[in-house]
Amino acid sequence: MSADLRPEIKPVSAGVGTFAAMKAVFGRDLKVAFRQKQDLLNPLLFFVMVVSLFPLGVSPEVSFLREAGAGILWVAALLSVLLSLDHLFRHDFDDGSLEQLVLQPQPLFLLVLAKTLAHWMLTGLPLVVLTPVLGVMVHQEGNSIAVLCLTLLIGTPVLSLIGAIGAALTLGLRSAGVLLSLLIIPLYIPVLIFGTGTVAAAADGASVGAYVALMAAFLVLAVTLAPFAAAAALRISLSNG
Amino acid sequence: MWQWFHKLGSPKWFFGIANRLMPWLLAGGLIILAVGVVWGLAFAPKDYLQGNSYRIIFIHVPTAFLAQSVYIMMAVAAVVTLVWRMKLADVFVKAVAPVGLVLTFLALFTGAVWGKPTWGTWWIWDARLTSMLILLFLYGGVIALDRAINDEKSAARAVAVLVLVGVVNIPIIKYSVEWWNTLHQPATLKLTEKPSMSSEMLIPLLLSILGLYLLFGWLACIRMQTEILVREQRTKWVREMVMAGRN
Repeated sequence: MSADLRPEIKPVSAGVGTFAAMKAVFGRDLKVAFRQKQDLLNPLLFFVMVVSLFPLGVSPEVSFLREAGAGILWVAALLSVLLSLDHLFRHDFDDGSLEQLVLQPQPLFLLVLAKTLAHWMLTGLPLVVLTPVLGVMVHQEGNSIAVLCLTLLIGTPVLSLIGAIGAALTLGLRSAGVLLSLLIIPLYIPVLIFGTGTVAAAADGASVGAYVALMAAFLVLAVTLAPFAAAAALRISLSNG
Repeated sequence: MWQWFHKLGSPKWFFGIANRLMPWLLAGGLIILAVGVVWGLAFAPKDYLQGNSYRIIFIHVPTAFLAQSVYIMMAVAAVVTLVWRMKLADVFVKAVAPVGLVLTFLALFTGAVWGKPTWGTWWIWDARLTSMLILLFLYGGVIALDRAINDEKSAARAVAVLVLVGVVNIPIIKYSVEWWNTLHQPATLKLTEKPSMSSEMLIPLLLSILGLYLLFGWLACIRMQTEILVREQRTKWVREMVMAGRN
């Protein structure tokens, strides 16, 4: 990887506000990502391919797909977020910019939050945008698609935030990819259950308010707690070397 | 007051204490567990609804109970590891994680054996069963992460972070039978309420749980001692002890 592709994190003086530092980290991550567009595209392609496996592999029947479609999309979204997590810290770890990030005077957990937000903008959000198209392909009805998009919109940031903890813990380990999945999938299961539960309730014509509120509670919990755990894990992984 | 707390951090001190405790834990655990299980399996009255098949409760409940409390103990030890960097806490986490994994597996297995005659199925995707399955995965993750990191100190702290993150699952398991309308029956034992079963069934059940706790204590001690010996193999006291044992 040539050096000019990855602008270095400039040392920010202590006088710079925390918010400005978060914005700088966020902007840098977006810039780096857009200079390597293939990396942006890969999780989306993976998402589409996994979804298309189910009609081909299980059954193309409309009744089956209507029943299982929301679950298929959720599982595929979960897997593609999982796949993209490796990128969250890996490159910065390899070229040393992560150490610079840890040395910044601003609180590390807020910088991690900014990084995770950038990660979500680059993976989770495009998945949500793609969902209506794939929803039609697995024969979901209009109302279900709307609810599905809503649950993914609330759920994918939770996936990114929890995933950040796993990515930080497995940084620099051998076979980190498989290990990351082992650590993170158990924690993803509740989000998946409530995400698909919301869509199922909507398909039955029940009110989804309570489900959506619960998912929002997951998000609030993840935003407030996960960055602390991820920041602690980053410090541990960096002291490992 | 803090004297014992500092002593507790010393592997050598713990090694001696464990040596003295272990015979009691082993003997007490085996006897109490045997009394509880034999009483429960052979002498306790039949259940009016489930007949004899309910008797697996004397194995199922203790393992499930301990599977969860081992995780809570690990979480407490994880806090100690992160805050006070106490060596023994992290030895404890490392030593008991496989035990917790086995207990969780046993709870799921005996639950399946019990489920077949009562529910007519080995497995059902019910909230309590699913959350126990997640607990099994969490134990697996903890062990896998510990094995993957070579450096002892970073392994201890990374595992501690993971254990603490996984703690969110414990209340979900505990309250799954109350929050959701599940097939799994509500909790048999509650601290705050009068037990819902007759004392002829309750006493052997409590004895089995106590016996298994003591046995777990013994197992934790011996596994921690092994781990300590491996870690402290270069220290003087371990060498002296091993040499004395050889003569």
